[in-house]
Amino acid sequence: MRLLPLLAGSMLLALAGSASAETITVATVNNGDMIRMQKLTDDFTTKNPDIKVEWVTLEENVLRQRVTTDIATKGGQYDVLTIGTYEVPIWAKQGWLLPLDNLGADYDVNDLLPAIRNGLSMDGKLYAAPFYGESSMVMYRKDLMEKAGLTMPDAPTWDFIRQAADKMTDKAAGISGICLRGKAGWGENMAFLTAMSNSFGARWFDESWKPQFDQPEWKDTLQFYVDMMNADGPQGASSNGFNENLALFQQGKCGMWIDATVAASFVTGKDSTVADKVGFALAPDKGLGKRGNWLWAWSLAIPAGSQKAASAEKFISWATDKAYLELVASKEGWANVPPGTRTSLYNNPQYQAAAPFAKMTLDSINAADPTHPTVKPVPYVGVQFVAIPEFQGIGTTVGQLFSAALAGQMSVDDALKQAQDVTTREMTKAGYIK
Amino acid sequence: MARQVSTRRKLAFTALAWIVALILFFPILWTILTSFKTEQEAIASPPMIIPSWTIENYIEVQIRSDYFRHFFNSVWISVGSTLIALLIAIPSAWAMAFTPTPRTKDVLMWMLSTKMMPAVGVLVPMYLIFRDTGALDTVWGLTIVLTLINLPIVIWMLYTYFREIPVDILEAARMDGAILWKELVYVLVPMAVPGIASTLLLNVILAWNEAFWTINLTASKAAPLTAFISSFSSPQGLFWAKLSAASTLAIAPILVLGWLSQKQLVRGLTFGAVK
Repeated sequence: MRLLPLLAGSMLLALAGSASAETITVATVNNGDMIRMQKLTDDFTTKNPDIKVEWVTLEENVLRQRVTTDIATKGGQYDVLTIGTYEVPIWAKQGWLLPLDNLGADYDVNDLLPAIRNGLSMDGKLYAAPFYGESSMVMYRKDLMEKAGLTMPDAPTWDFIRQAADKMTDKAAGISGICLRGKAGWGENMAFLTAMSNSFGARWFDESWKPQFDQPEWKDTLQFYVDMMNADGPQGASSNGFNENLALFQQGKCGMWIDATVAASFVTGKDSTVADKVGFALAPDKGLGKRGNWLWAWSLAIPAGSQKAASAEKFISWATDKAYLELVASKEGWANVPPGTRTSLYNNPQYQAAAPFAKMTLDSINAADPTHPTVKPVPYVGVQFVAIPEFQGIGTTVGQLFSAALAGQMSVDDALKQAQDVTTREMTKAGYIK
Repeated sequence: MARQVSTRRKLAFTALAWIVALILFFPILWTILTSFKTEQEAIASPPMIIPSWTIENYIEVQIRSDYFRHFFNSVWISVGSTLIALLIAIPSAWAMAFTPTPRTKDVLMWMLSTKMMPAVGVLVPMYLIFRDTGALDTVWGLTIVLTLINLPIVIWMLYTYFREIPVDILEAARMDGAILWKELVYVLVPMAVPGIASTLLLNVILAWNEAFWTINLTASKAAPLTAFISSFSSPQGLFWAKLSAASTLAIAPILVLGWLSQKQLVRGLTFGAVK
């Protein structure tokens, strides 16, 4: 009987504890690193018993639509948002994000990779903390390269890639020399083609925001891409995005694949049939001083409408700090640590030993410059995108045209002409072109 | 000879019906089979038909997400919105079916026209209303929205069923002294039960499957199974097997409901088709 009051007392205490805890809602995408963070939430709540964490995981495009609506209307549904390097400069400029000024004394902000940090800052203030960063690089089959009698240089040219693709293609064995993105979308084929066009000296706009698809650099880029894919690419390439190419590469059906550095852990992982035969190289160039690699970072930010900014910032500090990397390493090994955000990670011998692609990833990230993405000067920021609100719509429309050119539904010239027309029309409507 | 031809025709129609049924059911069957494959098997080319019958996807789905919370939200939202819609629609359809005015057809068309508007066109105003009334991420807020969204279809369906009921029967009830609500509850509703039941079932299915508003107006607390499915699609990495497991779990209750109530559904949908 004496136990009863004790039990009631402890229940009351527990209730009081949970009632005083502040709940923050974190909106995120579904990928391996994010799911891992979700599973490690207990570490954060143990260190911060006054904060509870609710997760909302959504498909990338759904998340983008959902959080854009919420942040634009100051709905206040989320306290921490997972957003990319495309959104951060635009939303920070709109005043939709809170600057991250109180990440804590132990948070080594100078350890963040400069390229990533710059992409997430405005006027010297950090508006989002990078959770993981990526660039793009060449992943290739060492055995097929050797069979073709070629050696992949650390920094190949597009001409070498074309030559290697031709030699590695073995249609009878179902092997395509090269697999590239063809699926239409500003974050799909246009991410790849925009980065590739930078190395060919092309640009989306000149200094007065005039579209540049009528210039020879874009013609060279698209013609090269379409010709190479038609000769050495997989069937139905115009429908292939990251996941489709990943599946092809893992099944041994691609000689080379140029895509996100984050793919390195997948193609060398347990699901890959060619895990021990994969080599890495920098994204190709055309000898003009720019490589065709991009820069992206999934980052955590606080919307201006959040009522729980202090707790949200504590969470961001926990998830993007050096200690978090050590936590993941202790639970799941160094190979599973979220890459591409901190210099110290790449100086860590244990990480270097666990991730053979570490150096190539770092070099690729460092080679990308969002403020000077291509050979000629541009009025915008962004390597594989143009950081203006109109780009999602324009980029996807142009992506559909280029995907149609790859599928043979229209010529390269027609695709470029229509791209020029549609971009000029939209940019005029938006007031960039007077 | 005639009997032979008749048997052959029967067999041909049966075979045709099975082929059509299999074609219609194939996407669901493939989703269920994929849910028992490994991620590698799910993307194998050529496709693997027989899975390795692993249940790891179902375990992973339950570990990563709370299925039952999403399930109960779906139940509350779909059943709640359907019952409220019926409460409003039965008297409305009665009025339009039995005491029509020259404008009744226009009113019906106007109600249906609201279904023709793209939902995203009113997303921002709806979001602002929900924000200001505190209805964001609440079950009651979603219930109201889904009631309003499906109301035109419910009224239309009930109107069609009620029109099949002879008005003389209602007049006889009135002459016997039945007041309005008694006429509705004791005379009209029992006669229209097959139609009401099929409307109810169809509306529950529509509300259960509604994805635009249920994803856009919820975050964590009121998120139903549509949001649950959405969380398993990934831009980077293999996800088809897990997504299929989540989809199978999400559609299973409504499949079972449809299976159990197919007699009522068919009876209701063909109500008055043959005179």
